[in-house]
Amino acid sequence: MSVELTIDGATASVPEGATILDACKAAGVETPTLCFLESLTPVNACRVCVVELEGSRVLVPACARRAEPGMKIQTDSPRVRHSRKMVLEFLGSTVDLSTAPDAQRYGERYGADPSRYGEGAATVARPIKIDNALYVRDYAKCILCYKCVEACGVDAQNTFAIAVAGRGFDAHISTEYDVPLPDSACVYCGNCIGVCPTGALMFSSEHELRERGEWKEDEQTVTDTICSYCGVGCTLTLHVQENEIVKVTSPIENEVTSGHLCVKGRFGYAYVQNRPDDPVSS
Amino acid sequence: MSDLHFTSAVATPAERDAVDAALRARDGRRVGRDMLLPALHAIAGRVGWISDGAVNYAAERLGVAPAEVYGVATFYAFFSTTPRPPRVLHVCDDIACMRAGSTELHDALEATGTTVLPSPCLGLCDRAPAVLIANAGDPPFARAIAPATASLSDEPVETRTGGSPLRLLRRVGKIDPESLDEYRANDGFRALEKAREIGPERVVAEIVASNLLGRGGAAFPTGRKMEVVAKAGARPHYLVCNADESEPGTFKDRVLMERDPFAIVEAMAIAAYAIGCQRAFIYIRAEYPLAAARIANAIERASEAGLLGDLEIDVRRGAGAYICGEETALFNSIEGKRGEPRSKPPFPVQAGLFGKPTQINNVETLANIPGILLDGGEEYARIGTADSTGTRLFCLSGAVALPGLYEVPHGTTLGALIESAGGVAGSGTLRAILLGGAAGSFVTAEALTMPLTFEDARAAGATLGSGVVMLFDDATDMSAIVRRIAHFFADESCGQCVPCRVGTVRQAEALERLARAGSDRAREISLLGEIGAAMRDASICGLGQTAANAVESARTNLRLFETAGAP
Repeated sequence: MSVELTIDGATASVPEGATILDACKAAGVETPTLCFLESLTPVNACRVCVVELEGSRVLVPACARRAEPGMKIQTDSPRVRHSRKMVLEFLGSTVDLSTAPDAQRYGERYGADPSRYGEGAATVARPIKIDNALYVRDYAKCILCYKCVEACGVDAQNTFAIAVAGRGFDAHISTEYDVPLPDSACVYCGNCIGVCPTGALMFSSEHELRERGEWKEDEQTVTDTICSYCGVGCTLTLHVQENEIVKVTSPIENEVTSGHLCVKGRFGYAYVQNRPDDPVSS
Repeated sequence: MSDLHFTSAVATPAERDAVDAALRARDGRRVGRDMLLPALHAIAGRVGWISDGAVNYAAERLGVAPAEVYGVATFYAFFSTTPRPPRVLHVCDDIACMRAGSTELHDALEATGTTVLPSPCLGLCDRAPAVLIANAGDPPFARAIAPATASLSDEPVETRTGGSPLRLLRRVGKIDPESLDEYRANDGFRALEKAREIGPERVVAEIVASNLLGRGGAAFPTGRKMEVVAKAGARPHYLVCNADESEPGTFKDRVLMERDPFAIVEAMAIAAYAIGCQRAFIYIRAEYPLAAARIANAIERASEAGLLGDLEIDVRRGAGAYICGEETALFNSIEGKRGEPRSKPPFPVQAGLFGKPTQINNVETLANIPGILLDGGEEYARIGTADSTGTRLFCLSGAVALPGLYEVPHGTTLGALIESAGGVAGSGTLRAILLGGAAGSFVTAEALTMPLTFEDARAAGATLGSGVVMLFDDATDMSAIVRRIAHFFADESCGQCVPCRVGTVRQAEALERLARAGSDRAREISLLGEIGAAMRDASICGLGQTAANAVESARTNLRLFETAGAP
């Protein structure tokens, strides 16, 4: 069974159960998303993907709303453009988006001007958390997309080390009583880093290189391999800069991992770099 | 859930005992995550705040990760995860209390050395200013005082009631609200008896025929919800009474629950019978301890007398969160989660509480049901107008001579309602009326001829909302009132979606700038319009969608921002 609907005047056909976002893709319409990821349950919290649905009083989130037969969708109406611009301005005036290329790009597309809320605009600025050797948490860069909580919880890892705490503008990602990660349930799978859209969660290796001004993404090579630790056979993507592994990810479309790894695959790569002239191995 | 990870923090014996007692009250039934708020209430009620050890213990007992328990505890204003003394005073600083001297009261109480916490509306606007005393202990003690003075002398004053014909308020003040016998001697439980005679389908048909629309603000036809839930294939069916009355200026449901609680229990029993439900919940805001006690007593008495049959009604208490009045946030709260609204669809009638078909109604809406059954739906529909049937409760407060709760038929004009409450007080000259609540809008004397119906309010670009009619005289600093409303929404946003989480803050900031000398008025007003449009269009739920209404109406109807400086 397929569902036929109209996207910006053109007919689109998607399988039953597909979302408006799927229909937009099928129609070749690029829709901005920040809190959406194929491998996670949609939370439709960021609202940057909202579209105009004929007959609906308010805009609807493309990422979560199921496509229904006969729906008439506008993806570039003045209302849609305005809400998307405002969401991006709200985020840009609140959060440090310097390591969030998607949000920056969307902001440009919709003409967002975060500076117009003035110097006095409240922000989520706060000190970076460095409490373990593997990754850092810079919640001044957090847009509260819930992805890390989902990846830590039922959508991937079932560890539940973090949750959303507080309320309203003060809502933030936290362990219980904000205890350091080593005291929490964290198992360092790094799946939260894998899904973070803004660089708020970052490998220590990447963070340190960035701090030194030595992070050179354009010069990095990206190589897929299979993890050698166990028999599952996860695909690892090695990000290599100047012959050193600086980050390990996994392709989201990979049917073994859906982009998720465990601590060994994600962080256990130092042995690869133990060369004969390395004092550690000699 | 032995694989949960815990820090080394350990609960004190008092904290453990409080949790154990709360969970023991479940009579050996399965204890799940939905007991999280009761467990956190038990801890906070015993010791005043919730420690890391207490979170670990509650988490262990309920099989919920400690990070999630912490996330829930920090969502609700009545739970503190930092030390708080056993005695605190919640002093209302919302709009009605503001004009009744809440700032001075706050300072005077603080000077006595007691911990004072500012609170949004406590639902005592008719007797402002209001204070809620909360003393932790075994048992804990909570009592609201209004009007309150710094001495906190407790002379019980009841909310004035008036209007006619009295249908919902007819027993209020006439019977002992704790006596089942007195309730039964005044038509009590006759409607439930009749319901059982005519059968569930006829009950639904009578309610459909009555054209009863929801009184919580959304005005959805009650009978249509019941038809869908009654026929839903998925089981079980739940009934939820939304008693999280938190809209600033609203106190109607409090009066019904405090002074005619058996009527609410009877109404719930009828609705549950009609939709085939054996387990119902009534979710009462934490600010209403007396209402919760009276409802609990009524359930117990009615149940003892065998009047409820196989129906179980659980009282669940909110914990200080306006957003939990939003129906899907309320479901999440009962389920032991943060009170974040869900995306609709699916609607509650399809997948509501615990994912099951759920009938959810406001207290006042349900309170109409016994009368509908006794008189018949068609007879009921003759009251009011064709599209707005029945009587309606209005909460009059502010600059009005006789503040209180008034019941009038739909179609009564706003002016006549205000006259029945003695007319404008204060300076005697009306500046504005807040109609429908903080999520409603400001209107002026021009609206006094407006008949109070859903359709007339809609045509005027207003809403009856939760029945708020708050008057302001021409001596009021309306810009301060509007700023307070903006801060209310920023404080009460759940924080889930960007338009509301940030938009409510940006709206409050723009209003603060506007109130300062030398601001670029045209620029700020245009910015407010842009912020409001995005909140209205792109927020997940009604809170964000209506958070700009009062501000917008202050601009269009009160022409508030046209001149520099105050009012």
